[in-house]
Amino acid sequence: MSISGPKTKTFKRIGQYTALAGYLVFLAFPLVWLISTSFKDPRELVELHPSLIPRHPTLQNYVTAFTEQDLARSALNSLIVASASALLTVLLALPAAYALVRFRTRLSTPILGWVLVSQLFPFVLLVIPLFLILKAVALTDTRFGLIVVYVTWSLPFALWMLQGFVRGIPRELEEAAAVDGASRLQVLRQVVAPLLAPGLVATSLFAFISGWNEFFFALVLLKSPELATLPVTLARFVGVEGIARLGPLAAGSLLATLPSLVFFALLQRRLAEGSLAGAVKG
Amino acid sequence: MIMRTPLGRRSLLALPGLVATASLLSACSADDSPEQSTGPVKLRFLSLAWQKESVEANKAIVAAWNAANPNIQVEYVQGDWNSVHDQMLTAFEGGDAPDILHYESAAIGEFSGQGYLADLSGLLPADLKGQISPKVWDTVTFDGKVAGVPFLLESQVVLANKKLLDAAGITVPAVDAPWSWDDFAENARRLTKPGQYGVAWALKSPTNRVMNLALNFDGVFFAQDGGKTVVRVGDGEKAVPQRIHDMFYVDKSAAPDALGMGGTDPLPGFFAGKYALLPGSIYLRQQMVEQAPAGFEWVTLPALKGTSQNQAANPQTLSVSADSKAQKQAMQFIATFLDATNMAKLAHGDWLVPTGTDAGKELVASTGGKQGWDVAVGSASALIQAPFQKVAAYPEWKSKIATPALQQYFANKISIDQLAKNLEDGGKQVLG
Repeated sequence: MSISGPKTKTFKRIGQYTALAGYLVFLAFPLVWLISTSFKDPRELVELHPSLIPRHPTLQNYVTAFTEQDLARSALNSLIVASASALLTVLLALPAAYALVRFRTRLSTPILGWVLVSQLFPFVLLVIPLFLILKAVALTDTRFGLIVVYVTWSLPFALWMLQGFVRGIPRELEEAAAVDGASRLQVLRQVVAPLLAPGLVATSLFAFISGWNEFFFALVLLKSPELATLPVTLARFVGVEGIARLGPLAAGSLLATLPSLVFFALLQRRLAEGSLAGAVKG
Repeated sequence: MIMRTPLGRRSLLALPGLVATASLLSACSADDSPEQSTGPVKLRFLSLAWQKESVEANKAIVAAWNAANPNIQVEYVQGDWNSVHDQMLTAFEGGDAPDILHYESAAIGEFSGQGYLADLSGLLPADLKGQISPKVWDTVTFDGKVAGVPFLLESQVVLANKKLLDAAGITVPAVDAPWSWDDFAENARRLTKPGQYGVAWALKSPTNRVMNLALNFDGVFFAQDGGKTVVRVGDGEKAVPQRIHDMFYVDKSAAPDALGMGGTDPLPGFFAGKYALLPGSIYLRQQMVEQAPAGFEWVTLPALKGTSQNQAANPQTLSVSADSKAQKQAMQFIATFLDATNMAKLAHGDWLVPTGTDAGKELVASTGGKQGWDVAVGSASALIQAPFQKVAAYPEWKSKIATPALQQYFANKISIDQLAKNLEDGGKQVLG
């Protein structure tokens, strides 16, 4: 017999929603502050008692950010590089992860270990050799060169992520499909791929956001101003000793944040969809 | 919000590895200067200008040069201060460095020592050389090689709330009659009353400021002993930290809440009249002009005087890559880029002090000395090379030893003698 009556349940529910609302405010506060800062004039940014809602809202920071720096072109460069690297990373990681899990040999575990070890090197140690290699094949100062670097950088972790998802798919489902006459390719396309949807979404999100936010390789490898990505362009609003032009930087940073949010909003439903589909089929 | 880049200008933990890699690779590269071009050339110029006015001035000068010199075209590339060190190290090792590089004297010594920068001593035009003080040239000369042309300086001054000075009956000192540290302490006491502090010392990163200001009392911290560099803390070195400490804990004229702040953090309190005096860099004048509320009156006070007004000079520089095939043409561009008129424009854009004497005169004339330009230009003559700037292990001593020790001292956790001991013992540990 339950000891909790309807009243207790209501209080519990109110408590849960209050806690959830508090957590959401905590998570959203940096973004809200960024939005607020982007609409404040320089004087309001140094008030002793700052307000969340700008007292004299202005679009000047956006005008400054877009007229002084070519943010639109930089955003396009970032979008091209991040999308291409996310796509290539997933395309390469998927078959590799599947093979590592389903076709186990004595080398499978050492290979996975080696992949993990490759993540332990600080990238600052790799940057000069990488630069020399890319220069030798004429890939410095090209978007493709940067995409190759990002794919190389994201692939090991993406492989680890995906092999966990592949391992979670019951082998019996594939065997049942094979018994029904499906070829290996059909099994992969019609059984494994749908069940892997959450893993593919998570991996592509990881690769996209890594490429979208990355700064140092983009700075070092791309010297032509017209190829600069968004993080490199935004850094131009930061000066010596951490002093920054806060207004234009906030306006530009907000622009930089939006695609990640939109990308996540579009794909986050797929994170759950795939696993539900798997449950029904299982 | 301040965006932090993944790598700091001196990413200390990662840099030794990077330098080791670089050194290994440099062993394979040739030392000889590349064959110099005599035909039309295209130069790449990496500029670190970031303030709107300064970027505009840079671009305008480059555009004028390109229009007048079809055979020496300059491509302007904008870099950023926070990542330029690692970016340049990679570019030098990759053989892809810009022909002309904007940086600072404290950093180019390392590049010069590794053979990445051209020696400009044979390329410098006499008039440009004569415009800049020999004391400033010393800061860019390493093993007899001139690694860059110094053009913008930063000095430490005091900004003051004029209305609060007037209310306390304190007169603004003239450029040639600066306050002594005793005057400063006395006036800070007079400006302190309930709800108002005389001074806001922002000491989140205290070491560079203490090293700079200690020169006021001939405090140099680093000395040579039997061919070894050692840290010595005597009366001269103790004077500035002790005076600052006393303002917090004896006079109580320094705002305790400002102690943990960075350079521009006290501005809201300064604008609100909470602090009357704000010691800081000369470039803070820009924030006064752009961010001070309507009706706020401010003045720039000359640098404080101990036994002298000396401070350390760490000028911004223009260098030429050793790999450049057009070093002579690059120097021609630099000479034009830094003529008196242009140097004055660049200094004005960054709110810094020009190294050239004619540029300084031109700047004072064009501004009427207002907005602190008379003080700024006047401070140039007291900027000298400090011993700490030539100590290779200074960044390590600063981050591991000096900053924590000074923070403890300014938090009143240790005495001045303990501070001295910590700095000296830490020096033995780091300098070997």
